Amino acid sequence: MSGAVIHARGLTKRFGTFTAVDRIDLDVKPGEIFGFLGANGAGKTTAMKMFIGLLRPSEGQATVAGHDVYSESDAIKRSIGYMSQRFSLYNDLTVRENIRFYGGVYGLRKVELKERTMDLLNELGLQGHADARLAGLPLGWKQKLAFSVALIHRPRVVFLDEPTGGVDPVTRRQFWEMIYAAADGGVTVFVTTHYMDEAEYCHRASIMVDGVMAACDTPAALKLRFEASSMDEVFYRLARGASRNE
Amino acid sequence: MRTVLHMLRKEFLQIFRNKGMLPIIFVAPVAQLLILVHAADFEVRNVRLLVNDMDRSAMSRALVHRLEASDLFHVQEGFGGFKEGMDALDGGRTDAFLRIPNRFEKDIRSTMHAPVMLDLNGVDGQFASLVLIYVRSIIADEQVSIVQRMHSSTATGPPVQAIPRFWYNMRMNYKNLMVPGLLVVLVTLVGMFLSSMNIVREKELGTIEQLNVTPIRKWQFILGKLLPFWFISLFLLAVGLIVGKVAFRIPMEGSIPLLFAFAAVYLWVMLGLGLLISTISDTQQQSMFVSWFFLVIFVLMSGLFTSIDNMPAWAQRITWFDPVSYFVEVVRMVLLKGSGARDIAKHFGAITAFALAINGLAVLSYRKRA
Amino acid sequence: MKTFRSFVRKEFLHILRDRRTLLVLFGMPVLQIILFGYAINTEVKEAKVAVLDRSGDVRSTDLINSLFASGYFMHAGTLHAPPEIQRVFEEGAAKMVVEIGPDFARSFEEGRASIALIADASDPNVASIITGYAGQMIAKWSGRYRVAPSVEVINVQHRMHYNPEMKSVYLFVPGVITIVLMLVSAMLTSVSIAREKEYGSMEIMLVSPLRPVMIVLGKAVPYLLLSLVNATFVFSVGRLLFDVPMHGSYLLLAGEGLLFILTALSLGLLFSTIARNQQTALMLSLFVLMMPTILLSGFIFPTSSMPLPLQVVSNVMPAKHFIIILRGIMLKGVGMEVLWPQTVILIGMCLFLLAVSIRKFNVRLQ
Repeated sequence: MSGAVIHARGLTKRFGTFTAVDRIDLDVKPGEIFGFLGANGAGKTTAMKMFIGLLRPSEGQATVAGHDVYSESDAIKRSIGYMSQRFSLYNDLTVRENIRFYGGVYGLRKVELKERTMDLLNELGLQGHADARLAGLPLGWKQKLAFSVALIHRPRVVFLDEPTGGVDPVTRRQFWEMIYAAADGGVTVFVTTHYMDEAEYCHRASIMVDGVMAACDTPAALKLRFEASSMDEVFYRLARGASRNE
Repeated sequence: MRTVLHMLRKEFLQIFRNKGMLPIIFVAPVAQLLILVHAADFEVRNVRLLVNDMDRSAMSRALVHRLEASDLFHVQEGFGGFKEGMDALDGGRTDAFLRIPNRFEKDIRSTMHAPVMLDLNGVDGQFASLVLIYVRSIIADEQVSIVQRMHSSTATGPPVQAIPRFWYNMRMNYKNLMVPGLLVVLVTLVGMFLSSMNIVREKELGTIEQLNVTPIRKWQFILGKLLPFWFISLFLLAVGLIVGKVAFRIPMEGSIPLLFAFAAVYLWVMLGLGLLISTISDTQQQSMFVSWFFLVIFVLMSGLFTSIDNMPAWAQRITWFDPVSYFVEVVRMVLLKGSGARDIAKHFGAITAFALAINGLAVLSYRKRA
Repeated sequence: MKTFRSFVRKEFLHILRDRRTLLVLFGMPVLQIILFGYAINTEVKEAKVAVLDRSGDVRSTDLINSLFASGYFMHAGTLHAPPEIQRVFEEGAAKMVVEIGPDFARSFEEGRASIALIADASDPNVASIITGYAGQMIAKWSGRYRVAPSVEVINVQHRMHYNPEMKSVYLFVPGVITIVLMLVSAMLTSVSIAREKEYGSMEIMLVSPLRPVMIVLGKAVPYLLLSLVNATFVFSVGRLLFDVPMHGSYLLLAGEGLLFILTALSLGLLFSTIARNQQTALMLSLFVLMMPTILLSGFIFPTSSMPLPLQVVSNVMPAKHFIIILRGIMLKGVGMEVLWPQTVILIGMCLFLLAVSIRKFNVRLQ
């Protein structure tokens, strides 16, 4: 598929004799919300780190936003956003300072930065807390802020690594609304999660088992194929045979 | 360049927001300088001298009085003999023990020769040698006056008078030597520890990963990390020099801009080393201990406390690789002797080479991608 | 008890996993002792001395030869004019210049000769020592030519006790042991507790069935053992490599060592209750603990030369008393009969610090 924003063929990562990710193929279309599911240790995070330029693949080929992961990781970094499972904004800086810092690191101009900051604060309803330190804010707000910061430079793709871990159901709901809004705006969303209900929200989902991509299709098609009523069931059927399940 | 500015702003915000750290960065070093300079002093003063005058003659009393009159000694008299003296030495109640035998005056009158016995606590060799020299010189003065009194007709001084003259530090003020040196250590300490704990802290908190997926370049990152500490350290040096001038009246013979120019390059070495340690460490504790290790070795070998000239040749060669030794020497040369740019050109060359090497290594070893 | 054991095991694992820290803890003191033993010397020998002899006669040549014959000075060149003095000092080529004025032989016969000993006093002690020795040698030399008045009317017979060869390493080994104990017991403990707080794992332990005192103990036991091992190691290196004397009782040494470790541990605990994160704990222990300990304890600088207020402050340092005890046992071979005052002070400090830190630790929990 030529129009794929994320494209991989035979992508493999080995650590010594251990193969964390084993020859995965995938193509993610522009504006798609692509769910990347799997049990802990199935190789989700490793695969994602290869796409965002934090890990060098052992084998295979992959491009992100048209840039090669081996040779063009700087170009990739300019066109992607990333939010990790560990909260990674600075707790000792205020909301505004965090936005300003990351905006600055992504090379936003001063006027642009000001505009984006205002927009962001409005979208998040954080106007009143712009100068509060992050340390004192509830986790849900911080996660939403982290997501917005990941989008600050209007990337073509955003990678979310278990973004809703430890967040209450209401905030999770709001979070997914933000994801939809971003996708509607043309941003491709690549999200890992182990909440199977969230998988239902994705346009397409893939399931990794022991480093191998066991299935990849729309949630509806997957349920049909595995004769399951929910993604939860699909996952159990696939993951049952896994050896690396923790 | 703008990316670096954003890094700088963020680092400064974080530094100034950490209320626990601020006083440690700015107040502690100055307080240490003010207080510890008085401690970091090899000057021999208030030497506790226990005297057993068993003769109690006019001559022996004159000798004891001369010792008492010197402000070097704090004389205590005892009569308990050798046993008492050794007990006092054992118990650390005296630094030296002088016995004047009971035939002292009689011997001098009859043979022009009498011994006195001096027992010293030799644990600290340098201290003991100085005490010995001081006691000897006071006794030498006394014997001149004894001789003059006995041979009043042929009154002469010693045939050759050796007159010591002390250059660069006429009043033999140890502070002139120690203040600049301690300042070097304190500035180095603050700069190196701050930089060495910085990256590893972001690693521990997980924020480094977020930075690694941004398009920031390695050199921008390193520069953004180092510049704040560079400014802080230079600022600290300025404050320290002012404190030294105001509180201790240390001389400033040479050019202060020259000194800062050297410090500017020197700090790149130490900060770069801190950063290098930071990038290879897993925890702040680890990076702290590794920095501490280097710092202690660097300071011990720097010639700050003990002169490099006293070291064996192989050890002197090791000091060529000790950045602190260059700065300690330059500070002393510029401040005390007024050495100029040409005098410290060699030091400048060496420290520049270190700076390039260390920062090159730091940039190389910092990997955004595993 | 079982939970407690598993807790202690976990602490040990933390310590043993961190190879780099361990390497520093064991490597640094050894390297320090080696440096103190071989490289860093406070004794002055082979001092570089240059000569400016403006007389150049038989007498002055004889005097100069006898100065260098002692082996105490190293001939660092002959100067020809006074301006050169400045140059040799600035280049660092000589520490002292012996300047003999013109017509030395005649003025010597007339008994009014004088010699200038010009020293680079950047380091005042080195300057005093070398001018002092040179003065003595000159006096001795002139005594050979003049029968009366003899310079040796009063003959000072001296003996250096405890360290007759004046080896610096004897002086520093007790200090290095003290610093290592302080580093491991106080600094490492405070940092490790602060780290648990920063990571939030402290809370997990506090909600476990372990009582707070047990948590404190569990933290302390591994570091206590590590301190003991480390101190023994440093002591053995000093003994084996440099023959540092051990004249006193091993039992007393072990007991006093334990007492000091406990004191330092309580200090570390106290610091950890103050500091909220690792960085603060590290900086705090560095500036409030390590630097003053090194400078004020008598490890390098003799406390007796300090101004009175600092002498008072130095008495608050547990390290000062411990260094006195160590030097007493190892170098002087004395026992309790001499060291009881220091021991009593240490016991008092230990009890006080332990009480305060446990109290503070408990208060924070409520």
